[in-house]
Amino acid sequence: MSPRRTDTGGRIDRLKTIRFTFDGVAYTGHGGDTLASALLANGVTLFGRSFKYHRPRGLLSAGVEEPNALVTVLKGEVREPNIPATMIEIHDGLVAVSQNRFPSLAWDVNAVNQLGGKILSAGFYYKTFMGPVIGPLKGTRFWMFCEHFIRRAAGLGSAGSAKDPARYERMNAFCDVLVVGSGPAGLMAAKTAADQGARVVLADLEPRLGGSANWSGETIDGAPAADWVRRTVAQLEARDNVRLLPRTTVWGYYDSNTLAALERVSDHKAQPAKGEPRHRYWAIRAGSVVLATGAFERPLVFPGNDRPGVMLAHAAQRYANEFGVLPGQRVVLFTNNDSAYRSALALKQAGAAIVAIVDVRPQPSAEMSALAGEAGAELLSGHAVVATEGGKALSGLKVQRFDMVAGGLSGDARSIHTDCLLISGGWSPTIHLASQAGAKAEWNAGRQAFLPPKPTQKWIGAGAFTGSFSTLEAIAEGSASGLAAAGGTGTPAALPAFEAVPGDPDPAPVFEIRAKGKSFVDFQHDVTAEDVRLAHREGFVSVEHLKRYTTLGMATDQGKSSNIPGLAIMAEALGKPIPDVGTTRFRPPFAPVSIGSLAAERFGDLKPERLTPMHDWHLANGATMYSAGLWYRPMIYGLSGETVEQAYVREAKATRESAGIVDVSTLGKIAVQGPDAAAFLDRVYTNMFSTLAVGKARYGLMLREDGFAFDDGTTWRLGEQDFLMTTTTANAGKVMQHLEYFLDVIWPDLKVHVTSVTDEWAGAAIGGPKARQILAACVTGTHVDNATLPFMGIVHGEISGVPVMICRLSFSGEMAFEVYCGAGHGTHVWEALVEAGKPFGLVTYGLEALGTMRIEKGHVTGAEIDGRTTARDLHLDWMLSKKKPFIGSAMMDREGLVAAERLELVGLIALDNRPLNGGAHIVEEVDEANPHGSIGHITACCYSPALGRHIALALVKGGKARHGTRAHVSDPLRNRFGPVEIVSNHFYDPEGTRMHG
Amino acid sequence: MLITCPYCGPRDVIEFTYQGDGNRERPEPASQNFEAWNAYVYDRLNPAGDHNEIWQHSGGCRAHLRVMRNTLTHEISSVAFVRGDHASPARGRAEDKP
Ligand SMILES: [Zn+2]
Repeated sequence: MSPRRTDTGGRIDRLKTIRFTFDGVAYTGHGGDTLASALLANGVTLFGRSFKYHRPRGLLSAGVEEPNALVTVLKGEVREPNIPATMIEIHDGLVAVSQNRFPSLAWDVNAVNQLGGKILSAGFYYKTFMGPVIGPLKGTRFWMFCEHFIRRAAGLGSAGSAKDPARYERMNAFCDVLVVGSGPAGLMAAKTAADQGARVVLADLEPRLGGSANWSGETIDGAPAADWVRRTVAQLEARDNVRLLPRTTVWGYYDSNTLAALERVSDHKAQPAKGEPRHRYWAIRAGSVVLATGAFERPLVFPGNDRPGVMLAHAAQRYANEFGVLPGQRVVLFTNNDSAYRSALALKQAGAAIVAIVDVRPQPSAEMSALAGEAGAELLSGHAVVATEGGKALSGLKVQRFDMVAGGLSGDARSIHTDCLLISGGWSPTIHLASQAGAKAEWNAGRQAFLPPKPTQKWIGAGAFTGSFSTLEAIAEGSASGLAAAGGTGTPAALPAFEAVPGDPDPAPVFEIRAKGKSFVDFQHDVTAEDVRLAHREGFVSVEHLKRYTTLGMATDQGKSSNIPGLAIMAEALGKPIPDVGTTRFRPPFAPVSIGSLAAERFGDLKPERLTPMHDWHLANGATMYSAGLWYRPMIYGLSGETVEQAYVREAKATRESAGIVDVSTLGKIAVQGPDAAAFLDRVYTNMFSTLAVGKARYGLMLREDGFAFDDGTTWRLGEQDFLMTTTTANAGKVMQHLEYFLDVIWPDLKVHVTSVTDEWAGAAIGGPKARQILAACVTGTHVDNATLPFMGIVHGEISGVPVMICRLSFSGEMAFEVYCGAGHGTHVWEALVEAGKPFGLVTYGLEALGTMRIEKGHVTGAEIDGRTTARDLHLDWMLSKKKPFIGSAMMDREGLVAAERLELVGLIALDNRPLNGGAHIVEEVDEANPHGSIGHITACCYSPALGRHIALALVKGGKARHGTRAHVSDPLRNRFGPVEIVSNHFYDPEGTRMHG
Repeated sequence: MLITCPYCGPRDVIEFTYQGDGNRERPEPASQNFEAWNAYVYDRLNPAGDHNEIWQHSGGCRAHLRVMRNTLTHEISSVAFVRGDHASPARGRAEDKP
């Protein structure tokens, strides 16, 4: 038996021995132990080093609020830092290590930081990392050098870099009543609501349901409270309208009564069961919520209050009663309220000696005096602890007479020999979720605490959460809230019998004992009472600024134990009452949440992939694929040994010499149909579509409402009331939404239907001098000669038995045709076209060659229609109809949109015959040492086989006026400088003789 | 946040696309009133409280809905089709709802 383990008692399984290591030392514990309770039972008092000063720290609490005992858990290569030892259930093989110490926990070189306490005071980071603005180190790198080491020394655990192999899950849950917290209030609420037939979810962050009933030592319904819990839990477990979620932290309260919770499913197991995730993220939509989240005990602030061996009173009671561990043998209590007396008695009953109870109040009640007597403790009323002694463990303390009204100390300090000091500074209801849900907390002067705000969403509070700290009240409020939450039509079952215990819930308004030495407010961030006062002296009066400047309450515990003492000290410095200083609004998460659980199964490359009907053919025929948005498209069809450039140059060249074919199935396609379809298109496009003849296509441009260019494409008139609109691949969804918005919201009177048919059609563009001959060789049912199929004409026919629709239009600048067929026949038609093209030297080409030919032709794409360019900037003003209003027409002529200095589309030719880079700036005079004076930038570039030059499209100030002049590319990032000639964007065949053939 | 689409029923907000302030009034297409156009394109109310908004059920029936949403609490007090002739669906799931 370990030195501090009691012989009997506790909710642990003494027959089960569990082996684990902490900092490489092997220990044993029992089933039901946390890492904290097991180490404590083994006599370990030192759990970590503090954040800034590297002071030795032990356990302050027994629960989720623990600020000191943070450890890193190692699982194989994976390390998870900053977990409170109080929240880790031990299992065989658990490996945990302490943090923020170098080289070891017991001997830490950085503990010397304590000696230089002043330099690490409030605002230290802000003051230091600004760097000196005067003096010899001004502007030097010295401060950045220092920062590196200071940041390394001050910190918490370090994260690992290994990939996390664990699995995470996300669940959606719906219930009538969600009960958060399973103490007496929560259990009663769940039971009462379940009795009403409601679907109930009961969540508690602890593995053992029951909350304080597991350690209070009280009697409920004639049995020990812990037995009543087990009976009640068993009843709930048997019901199929109740879901119990132990180890589940409800961490977020969002609108519409949506709550987020984290279930730690298998952290407590050596191996997860088959298929079991590590964590499960719950999104719970609750009809109503019962908040029975209890309260946190507050520490008192006095010199040396952070020494290992100083612990919250209820935590010690919990270690003794729930885990069978005594945190010390000779115990002193220091309190400003009645609740600690009960803790003293519990420890006495568990076998510890209670040396003294130090109470700041001059006259504790007769009942409390009697309890002190029962505990065998000397009662030092009107006294305060002013110092603690010891190193890695507490060895003694000093008390002095204390006047709680004036705050003054008097008389000689008396030393008391002790190994455990239990402190209680009153209780703060755990109102985090209520605060997240909406309104501001209200200060209660009696409780010296913020109580939950009036509900702004559908929740009801019960128990200590509401400031009702007694179990009797918890049971009654739990039952009432469960009934109300469930709709409250029936009558609740009789309440379990419970005998009231004496005690005043109101503490004395004492938060700090001012004496010489460091008194900690925020243990985890090493913020002292003096830091708070310093911040006030330096002018920080708002509680929000105070938090940021001192970092009070900003550690992983989010100030669960430090917020109220910090606020009280700030209020005193300001000379204002606490409620006037205000509290900060709590935000999610209530406790740290694993990122893995938020991602759940949605990690890695989970984007959907869009594949064209001919995708497999491309792969089988040597295509290198390229992702364009969600689509996959052939980049090149490389021959063996070819570089990408060699491949696209060959493809483009062959297309211009004989013929090429490219998959254009990704273009957005929208069927625009109905009696008003033509009128609608006239409003949507800048140019006219109502005049378009059936069987013809037209290139169209759309603007946004603000007058900037939006998208372009061809629209085909298939019938009087039937148009097929094509959009750019990237904008297909946006254009669809744009059309739907105008039809639904702006012009509901128009009789038009729009339907996305992108996936219904497979498309191939075949272009080049031989393209018409190839089509003639394989198309039946129609002629494809110039008379039947003129430029922008549409015909219907068949290829290899499949109906096709052919439109003669050109993106490449060659005589070209787009052939559309039903998506299911895409590969069949494609293969027929490729086969028919063989005698004519047809090549398949990819996006690179497509891009090259469009740059040679000076056509625009999304790189130029970038949301900042107008039709005029792109030399598309010929498409702006003057005969009709259209979307954007009213806004496109604004002053700034027609200014002379706007960037306009031009072509560039590299005069040094070297490749150009997209994004490179254009300058008039190159200055490599001090790049400046940009007059524009490159949007797209390539090597042009048609011109035999490196060319680019660019947006340049002045645009056309600069044609024929010289400029330079200036690309310091890629160290590319060099002369270019500014030319028209129409590099190749500007008259269009080739496509008109 | 849940939006109760009059056609599809209560759905999670991820199914919807916010389509802007529902108070905007588009001038007549041929209007030359530049102030009115400017107000339509750029001016927004941004109230702290009830806000008349347009949402598209883009992950569902794709209808545009006029949603009265409280910007402080996300509470939704009314949802209706923007298009008048959809106001009471002749058929569909909304009728199945109690
Ligand atoms: Zn819908």
